[in-house]
Amino acid sequence: MALIEVRDLTRIYQMGDETVTALAGVSLDVTEGSFVAVMGPSGSGKSTFMNIIGCLDKPNAGRYRLADEEVSSLSADALASVRSRRIGFVFQQFNLLDRSNALSNVMLPMVYASADRKERRRKAEAALVRVGLGDRMGHTPLQLSGGQQQRVAIARALVNSPKILLADEPTGALDSRTSLDIMALFQELNREGMTVLVVTHEQDVAEFASRVVRFRDGKVISDNEQLPRDAATSLRALEAEGIAA
Amino acid sequence: MTLSDSLSSAFEALRAHKLRSVLTMLGIVIGVAAVIATVSIGGGAREEVVGRIKSLGANLIIVIPGNITQGGVRLGTGQSATLNDDDAKAIEKEVRPVLVAAPLLRGGAQVVFGGTNWGTSIFGVENNYFEAREWDIESGRLFTGEENQRGGQVALLGLTVKNQLFGDDDPIGQTIRVKNVPFEIIGVLARKGQSAQGQDQDDAVFLPLQSARQRVIGTSRAKNRSVGSIMVKVREGEEMSDAETEIKALLRQRHRLREGDEDDFTLRNLSDILATVEASARVLSIGLAAVAAVSLLVGGIGIMNIMLVSVTERTREIGVRMAVGARPTDVMGQFLIEATTLALLGGIAGILLGGVGAQIVSRFAGWPLYVDVSAIVLAVVVSGLIGIGAGFYPAWRASRLDPVEALRSA
Repeated sequence: MALIEVRDLTRIYQMGDETVTALAGVSLDVTEGSFVAVMGPSGSGKSTFMNIIGCLDKPNAGRYRLADEEVSSLSADALASVRSRRIGFVFQQFNLLDRSNALSNVMLPMVYASADRKERRRKAEAALVRVGLGDRMGHTPLQLSGGQQQRVAIARALVNSPKILLADEPTGALDSRTSLDIMALFQELNREGMTVLVVTHEQDVAEFASRVVRFRDGKVISDNEQLPRDAATSLRALEAEGIAA
Repeated sequence: MTLSDSLSSAFEALRAHKLRSVLTMLGIVIGVAAVIATVSIGGGAREEVVGRIKSLGANLIIVIPGNITQGGVRLGTGQSATLNDDDAKAIEKEVRPVLVAAPLLRGGAQVVFGGTNWGTSIFGVENNYFEAREWDIESGRLFTGEENQRGGQVALLGLTVKNQLFGDDDPIGQTIRVKNVPFEIIGVLARKGQSAQGQDQDDAVFLPLQSARQRVIGTSRAKNRSVGSIMVKVREGEEMSDAETEIKALLRQRHRLREGDEDDFTLRNLSDILATVEASARVLSIGLAAVAAVSLLVGGIGIMNIMLVSVTERTREIGVRMAVGARPTDVMGQFLIEATTLALLGGIAGILLGGVGAQIVSRFAGWPLYVDVSAIVLAVVVSGLIGIGAGFYPAWRASRLDPVEALRSA
């Protein structure tokens, strides 16, 4: 059974007098444990698709089952609860709270999941250690590099043990070396069983996924399995190059 | 999201914009401080006035001579000589609710002791005056029965006069001269303080009524044995108005006034004065309450304004919180609590500021510091309600944000 089951998903925006069809009947299944890259030019509907998958937005028509739960018609409060339990978000601009340190940022999702304080701390520390920032817990985002900030954001996405990690252009604001770093982390998490969906317009990034879904004009135009490139290997190659040079 | 989560997030947000938070609170601070200060100052002043009136003695009615017209000469209240010793005796004996009716004469004179002298009030009284005023003697004795009825060259001193003429020395047994008549000092009265009119009641010398009338003040009154006023003390538990009605009837009868004639005396009741003071205090506090209400309203609008700004500025943060699982009600609660915290902090600062202000005023004015707990509780409740009221609309707007739009905002 698929973790994500989408049937005939349609999303129409009303922009003044103009009607914009962002999604025109998208059907897609994603099995648990896969690594999917969602590609397409801007305006192709990939972001709208991700927003609906992430329960941030609702379709006008069609069905969306997430882990056997019909979520396309839930109320705003119920959708928040689904996001809290099932989904971890990673954004291009990291979207950390600048006033709070890394630990508090990672604890934030648990505030809304009503975990008790001790457990929040324990889980947040474990998540930060998992992304390799065990020694940076007290740093605020402004004291961290871009790559480190994105790691904090990934720790925040992981902390409630979600079913899916949704990443929207996660390497868009990072240099290529750091991008490899982050993609290697996603591949690691995927190997441990996490379902990962990455929205990107960069072919480089899509190469690390095992399946590539391309959108155009609100429709899926291609959907291919592929042998993913290993980010860790690329990273080692890059480092060797650096030493050689 | 628990309350403590909301509170810590509220404090964090307020700390992030310290100056803005303080300026926003200012409206509430000033409003609440104004309320607390005026309630305290007003209460202190009222207590002071009531205290002074009460120091005159509770349950007192003062009977003074009224307007009379004699052969075309009209005399105003208090100047005529329509009351005498016998009126006082009759009031005490015949009016049942009356405990004491003390006749008295009052004048001023220079009092001389050795090389020093002191200008003061001279009272001609009987012992029952001290009973009516509930005034104790500090040392020495009151008049003897003989002195009380027939007079004698003895005097009781108020504390101020004693201090002026004798300093720390014991005055008892010494002789002072009042209008060149020698009087032996037999006692000193306990401290009484200021009167309702602000006079020093201890600045006085008390002589037996008969002696004062014959030899010192109002010698013209000697023939008809008239007195300046009669101080009537009503028994505890009796109605003042009953006593007044009976005294009026008795005096009209004694003075042979026909129906339709004007009273030739006037009754003054201290509770009337008290009621006047209270009424004016009430008018004052209504005016101040209006001013405070306006400044609290303005403070509330300030909070609403800054919360709207804050929601706009933090749209992206709201989006992030929603993405990680915040429900609309969580977002609403967060901003409501932030606004309420702001208002409550302002309220508490206002209470402290108002309290300090009241303390300074009461110290300079020499009033007792009056702490009205109900005003403090009210200030806290009102500022909390202002916070909720002012925060509601911004919080509602924040909660209605579309998470997709919010995440996309700069």
